[in-house]
Amino acid sequence: MTVTHGSGLRPGRRGSGGAASGGGGARPGARRHQTSTRAAGPGSTAATLGRVLALGLIIGVALWAAAPLVSAGNWVGVGIVAVVTAAALYVYLSPRRLPAKYLLPTTLLLLAFQVFPVLYTMSLALTNVGDGHLGTKQEAIAAIEASSVRREAGSAEYRLTVAEKGGALVFLLADPARRRAYAGTEDGLREIGGATLGSGGRVTAAEGYTVLTPAQAAARGDEVGSLAVPVDGGAIRAQGLTRAYEGRATLAYDAGCDCVKGDGRAWRADDEQGRFTAPDGSALPQGWKVGVGWSNLTAAVTNPKINTHFLGVFAWNLFYAVAVVGLTAALGVAAALVLHHPRMRGVRIYRTLIVLPYAMPAFAMLLVWRDMFNTDFGLINRMLGLDVDWLGTPLTARASVLLVQLWLGFPYMFLVATGALQTIPAEYLEAAQVDGASAWQRFRKVTLPLLLLALAPLLVSSFAFNFNNFNGVFLVTAGGPFPSDNPMVGATDLLITYTFRLAFGQQGAQYGLASAISIYVYLIVAVISVIGFRRTRAFKEVS
Amino acid sequence: MRRSLVALAACLTLTACGGGTATEKTPGNADATPAGQAASSATLTIWADQKRSDTLKPFAEAFAKENGIKAEVVVVAQNQQQTFVTASQAGKGPDVLVGAHDWIGNLVQNGLIEPIQMTEDRLSGYVDVARRAVTYDGQVYGVPYAVENLALYRNTDLAPEAPKTFDELVATGRKLKEAGRVKEIVGYPVSQQNGQSGDTYHIYPLYTSGGGHLFGTKSNGDPDPADLGVGTPASVAAFEKIAALGEKGAGALKRSFTSDNSAAMFAEGKTAFMVSGPWRLAEVRTAGVKYDVTPVPPFKGGEPARSFVGVQSFFVASKGKNKALAQEFVTNTLASDDVAKALFDAEPRMPALRTALEYASAKDPDVAKFEAAAKDGVPLPAIPQMVAVWQPFNALIHSVVKGDPVEPAVKAAGKAIAEQLGQAG
Repeated sequence: MTVTHGSGLRPGRRGSGGAASGGGGARPGARRHQTSTRAAGPGSTAATLGRVLALGLIIGVALWAAAPLVSAGNWVGVGIVAVVTAAALYVYLSPRRLPAKYLLPTTLLLLAFQVFPVLYTMSLALTNVGDGHLGTKQEAIAAIEASSVRREAGSAEYRLTVAEKGGALVFLLADPARRRAYAGTEDGLREIGGATLGSGGRVTAAEGYTVLTPAQAAARGDEVGSLAVPVDGGAIRAQGLTRAYEGRATLAYDAGCDCVKGDGRAWRADDEQGRFTAPDGSALPQGWKVGVGWSNLTAAVTNPKINTHFLGVFAWNLFYAVAVVGLTAALGVAAALVLHHPRMRGVRIYRTLIVLPYAMPAFAMLLVWRDMFNTDFGLINRMLGLDVDWLGTPLTARASVLLVQLWLGFPYMFLVATGALQTIPAEYLEAAQVDGASAWQRFRKVTLPLLLLALAPLLVSSFAFNFNNFNGVFLVTAGGPFPSDNPMVGATDLLITYTFRLAFGQQGAQYGLASAISIYVYLIVAVISVIGFRRTRAFKEVS
Repeated sequence: MRRSLVALAACLTLTACGGGTATEKTPGNADATPAGQAASSATLTIWADQKRSDTLKPFAEAFAKENGIKAEVVVVAQNQQQTFVTASQAGKGPDVLVGAHDWIGNLVQNGLIEPIQMTEDRLSGYVDVARRAVTYDGQVYGVPYAVENLALYRNTDLAPEAPKTFDELVATGRKLKEAGRVKEIVGYPVSQQNGQSGDTYHIYPLYTSGGGHLFGTKSNGDPDPADLGVGTPASVAAFEKIAALGEKGAGALKRSFTSDNSAAMFAEGKTAFMVSGPWRLAEVRTAGVKYDVTPVPPFKGGEPARSFVGVQSFFVASKGKNKALAQEFVTNTLASDDVAKALFDAEPRMPALRTALEYASAKDPDVAKFEAAAKDGVPLPAIPQMVAVWQPFNALIHSVVKGDPVEPAVKAAGKAIAEQLGQAG
């Protein structure tokens, strides 16, 4: 799906871009081509040196990348590194295969940053991954058993010394109250004589046992943690390296019934939901990751909680994206035209000022705007002497997020339009003038169509970006204001902010559901973009 | 062209690494675990925020030296809980984590922290609310070191007497406002920092004083998600009282108030009262305002105003590589009096350990005042179901303070919370 979309997208963009720059674009390209064949010619020593360096670099980086993969035994990763390196050597070690020199990195980047994430998202959407369902069933069982060990109320705490006898781990336990020493193994506890107690009440030496240093004990940490010395009604376990306590595991996994038993109850493994459930419907908190098939994808469509508000949010989302694109483009083009006028003075200063919002970090600017809209303390109300509840009523909040995004987005359109204006030959306009066209007609019939050739593809991508402009809404209004009869969907919510709350606002993060919803959002944007790019080609035919 | 060739090669090989590492993760989850366990190097890794990290470093180094191992304190400044979950799951998490007690529910359901076994004797060395906060499902999951809760800051020049009820506070504030001595009645953070959603944490004292509650209590002391208090008649009554203070009522509570601008108003003397926590102490002192700290007063004839208590704690990671060492470090070194005092010296937050609390109270009289304010406090619920509460409750606060009809708003929020809990339960 993505592959076709991605590759379908690129030629479209390039085609129209090339057409926009018109005849001017072809010449530098040809010159570049000549230079490259000359510099990379077989006779040049510099070229040979360059190639040797590049070869070394490629191999060096490949080795650097492969080493940790080999040590981790990740042969798939090693294979990928090998294939990529071989392809790189094949393509770059020859003066020929020029198109491949450009295509290879693009393709690899496309695979790594487009195709892989999309496939990974899709695979996540088919699982229940999320808080409480992150790991495997074994991990869940281990966690359940570990957290079920409870200290015997009122039992004594032992001072622990980790020792060894014949390679097997032994707990040397001292009971400070009774000043007695014991040796504990898996077989049980037995009192030992001839033990030396240190100042802290711990055994420092005992006949027949080798006391381990803390570092040695730490190196065998897993054994220390799993050793349970059985005593009446429970077991003595280590708490760190110097203390031990008597406790009892209240829950235990029974492979026979595939359930967790304890307290006279049983929780049966539910491999469809990935958790242990009791007949009364209660479940243990620790679950595991399972495949859930299409249920996340169907939930997004059938679950009334998700789809009830879908249409309303979608309509505003569409309006927001279209309005932002339209407004930024209009303002950007207007500003570019004004500064393009030959009699305009101080063009550089104005250009710098206009580009400033684009140069500032959007993240911080969004937060600044948010505070400027504050009713009682915000700059806007104070400066204008108003008392408008900007972000508190649906209409003003929507206007506010549009205004903020207009401010952030128009410099980009301005830059592009300024560039495109330079490529429109003055002769066209002069010819129109000679034919008696008014200023408006010249703009409408000559400048605008030529400008749109350059702008149209950017408008489509700007639309796709703003359709998912999470920051632009979330940081300013957080989706609000929320109507009092429905706290789950706000007036400025985009699909992405709305679903973010759905997927992360319930029982913690639900990555599976979030992935499923993001696939839908992706499909919507893809469809709209494809339609948009079709329209872009229509512009090209006009010219 | 030579240059571009090299650049291309570099870019290409970088891509190769990108592709390599990306694919490494997917199969790695399944088969890299046993290989990873074999290579155990004894480096104790501790994750903390900047301030805690500076304080803990010498203790970690001393512990490492004493035990012949290495220790590393890593600063994780942002998003600590989520980073910990992700990193632990990938096998790259720390051995010890410093964080807030209300993470416990989520971390336990993900199987990422270990219970810490302490004798009753040792536990009784901690203040009650801290002990309750780190106990989850009957088990202690963290060693507490500091307690934070809300209190009322008062400008003693403007309001020499501490108000006994919130109604009295509003009356005093209004008089001062009418006399032109202050701009606002009280600096009460109604909104979160984004200004766009209500602040459940700060409103909770008024909500409880009005008779509301979020969850009931289970027999083991945990909050009971089956007993939801939002949407009940008591919660409607509580919000009626809050609405009376709101924008269409007394005008004491406004949606434009956030924690930051409330503090700024208080520091500039533009309000006589502020509801905030010990984290504002330094700022208030720097501003040179004459102040006093008292518990948040209840409504006249109402229940006590209970503030949420957050307890900063040390956790032992289940998936750490040196669990035994981590347990040792947390239960012996970090639980010590010295560490608690050092942490207090670095930032004046009320220590959870009684001996350190005495030390702190002697050094700083405000600590005892915050301790008094914590008396009626309840630990911030640590159950994972709390996530379902925040958004609807935050939106509810805004609706009510704005002046929308109270009952339908409370009912709608209650329904939204119940739906979210139901879907997951």
